Amino acid sequence: MPRGVTEISRKIYDLHMEIFWVCVAIAVVVFGAMIWSIITYRKSRGAIPDGTLVHNTKVEVIWTVVPVFILIAMAVPAARTLVEIEDTTKTELTIKVTGFQWGWNYDYLDQGVSYYSRLDRRSDAARELLSGIDPHTVDHYLLNVDHPLVVPVDTKVRLLITAADVIHSWWVPALGVKKDAIPGFVNEAWFKVDPDKPGLYRGQCAELCGRDHAFMPIVVDVRSKAEFAAWLKEKAARAQAAAPPAAPAVTPSAAPAAPTTASRATAS
Amino acid sequence: MAELLAPAASHDHDHKPHGWRRWVYATNHKDIGTMYLVFACTMFFIGGFMAILIRLELFKPGLQFFDPQFFNSMTTMHALIMIFGAVMPAWTGLANWMIPMQIGAPDMALPRLNNFSFWILPFAFTLLLSSLFVPGGAPAGGWTMYPPLVLQTGASFPILIFSIHLMGASSILGAINVIVTIVNMRAPGMTLLRMPLFVWTWLITAYLLIAVMPVLAGAVTMLLTDHFFGTTFFTAAGGGDPVMFQHIFWFFGHPEVYILILPAFGIVSEVVPTFSRKPLFGYEAMVYAVASIAFLSFIVWAHHMFTVGMPLAAQLFFMLSTMLIAVPTGVKVFNWTATMWKGSLSFEPPMLFALAFLFLFTVGGFSGLMLAIVPADYQYQDSYFVVAHFHYVLVPGAVFGIMAGVYYWLPKWTGRMYDLKLATWHFWLSAIFVNVLFFPQHFLGLAGMPRRIPDYAVQFTDWNMVSSIGAFGFGLAQLLFPYIIWKCARSGEHVGKKAWEGAHGLEWELPSPPPYHSWITPPSDAVIARGAEH
Repeated sequence: MPRGVTEISRKIYDLHMEIFWVCVAIAVVVFGAMIWSIITYRKSRGAIPDGTLVHNTKVEVIWTVVPVFILIAMAVPAARTLVEIEDTTKTELTIKVTGFQWGWNYDYLDQGVSYYSRLDRRSDAARELLSGIDPHTVDHYLLNVDHPLVVPVDTKVRLLITAADVIHSWWVPALGVKKDAIPGFVNEAWFKVDPDKPGLYRGQCAELCGRDHAFMPIVVDVRSKAEFAAWLKEKAARAQAAAPPAAPAVTPSAAPAAPTTASRATAS
Repeated sequence: MAELLAPAASHDHDHKPHGWRRWVYATNHKDIGTMYLVFACTMFFIGGFMAILIRLELFKPGLQFFDPQFFNSMTTMHALIMIFGAVMPAWTGLANWMIPMQIGAPDMALPRLNNFSFWILPFAFTLLLSSLFVPGGAPAGGWTMYPPLVLQTGASFPILIFSIHLMGASSILGAINVIVTIVNMRAPGMTLLRMPLFVWTWLITAYLLIAVMPVLAGAVTMLLTDHFFGTTFFTAAGGGDPVMFQHIFWFFGHPEVYILILPAFGIVSEVVPTFSRKPLFGYEAMVYAVASIAFLSFIVWAHHMFTVGMPLAAQLFFMLSTMLIAVPTGVKVFNWTATMWKGSLSFEPPMLFALAFLFLFTVGGFSGLMLAIVPADYQYQDSYFVVAHFHYVLVPGAVFGIMAGVYYWLPKWTGRMYDLKLATWHFWLSAIFVNVLFFPQHFLGLAGMPRRIPDYAVQFTDWNMVSSIGAFGFGLAQLLFPYIIWKCARSGEHVGKKAWEGAHGLEWELPSPPPYHSWITPPSDAVIARGAEH
């Protein structure tokens, strides 16, 4: 698991490692006892069974109660992190993410910028059955898109995640975010990338969504605040110019067949 | 092969059908048990063949063999066949063979129902497999059948739904039979707390089946009406709720995974004491642990869907209830270990499979505990980490449990000993390859590879190759299994009543092979007490 580039992703990573080592410690004790028995108490070594050893209330209470405490010790930091993850207040930028078969639509709600993001052409050509193109020669095979999601560093970005057709799931490991995109629901997630970690972060759809489920990657292009502002300004200007005069500047756009009328916010 | 497994019946004068009628009109628990086991084994190889195709496509990045749609069909069918066609019928087959013998009964309580519940299955699976040949191909929306995706299934959609109805009906009837048998047919003196743990675990499993199979049937029926009759149970555009399906499905699905594993707990609890030559440690605690696991299985379902966007309180509840399962499960593992402690161990094939179960099921338990931690689950969910987790609990868990049971009782069924050396080979090849196959999938998941994809980014190549090699090795090794059984039934050495030195229990008080109607006169209290030395 990547440590990631947000505070939350690092906390998740630390939780993961903590549980992992707890499991390793338990495994050493339990497997140790099993291996010890297997080696020591072999019939071939003349071991005589101790038929009286069938019950011991003290031991049984101990190995019921001790795990409860270990579990509580694991649950507390997990619950604390979860509360933080669920805190979607004080966000500074809101982007609506709509999954569709098979790609993503990103909609910067307050700026009127909206575009589609699909598998890049090189991967798309190479992934055909018996394409004859060696995937190793393709840059970021299956993890590259034509238009990445562009966000600024050090900004609490809120994602409003939904879907146009079937259920998808927006997953970028380095950001510690995975949230299902469900038609008719709007799910919330957020991330805040460290100030010193601009760059490209990649992920994939994580919920089976049909034939091309494997071919709808996610790329997040994290830029400095100034670069992001410039990019957004240019995008907004272009969107304005492209929009027909009668249409409102901000079009709540979604994927082609989005049943927007049925949208029902259930986010907590 | 099936004929050879039949009890030697020359000395009894029952009028029983012969030839094909013996099987089609079967009402004898052993014949029906044999049919269940042969059916399960067949499905195990069909489902296994699909797994091999999956691993073949995943050997290298890029698509070499299959269209992604066909790949999705394979993952969907592999799961349905392995769960409903291989593991569940194998357990019912073992229950049919062993429960009457273990509780001192002549047969199952409801023999004609027994016949019916078995004969539904070949039709259900012929139907399901026929979907491979209809326009649009077999179901490809995953065995979890999440709408709206599953509603995009083509002509195979009603086939999928109807075959699931049939499987569910078969399971419910089988479960009713098990419960009625255990409740009513125990020999006098076979009190509940004298029952072997295999009987106990099956009793609890049967209640789980009766509780949740109707829920599955209801869920898929709602899918059916959504698809054909214009209802919108799961369609947001009509006021329905796609997430509701997931709640209903996993309310069935989580008890279902315990349906697959609890009888394995029972078998391990029989095998470990036998080959440790020491009674099971903490018998009553084991019974209570199974009962509490079964109870908890009803209140943890939403841990399969932490990423759907549930309220914080719900996520915390399901995290804590899920973690709680570790307690009774831990008790079981500790008790098995304590059973071996100061025993006198020998390592015949059933014991080897039981030991592998202890180690590897525990590994699956650890990853299960990790998956319960919600923030970490956000990273594991729907990745190969989950695939590794549930295959660890299902293959070296449930499947090794079945293998242990078959190798344990095969001498009883046939009256002959199998080739122990060959079976030991089968064990070691299985145990090694199963780890080569599934352990690297933990790494793939943590590295970010989603599940259910036919093609992947190049950085996942190495571990996928290793995993595929493990799959090919594991698949080949399984061919030994039917061969060993066939050879045993044909030409194994004859064994006495008690095939294993340390075996206890009523089944070992009967001749090998046992008579056609297992216990015609109930065993005496002394015999029951001797068998129940736990």
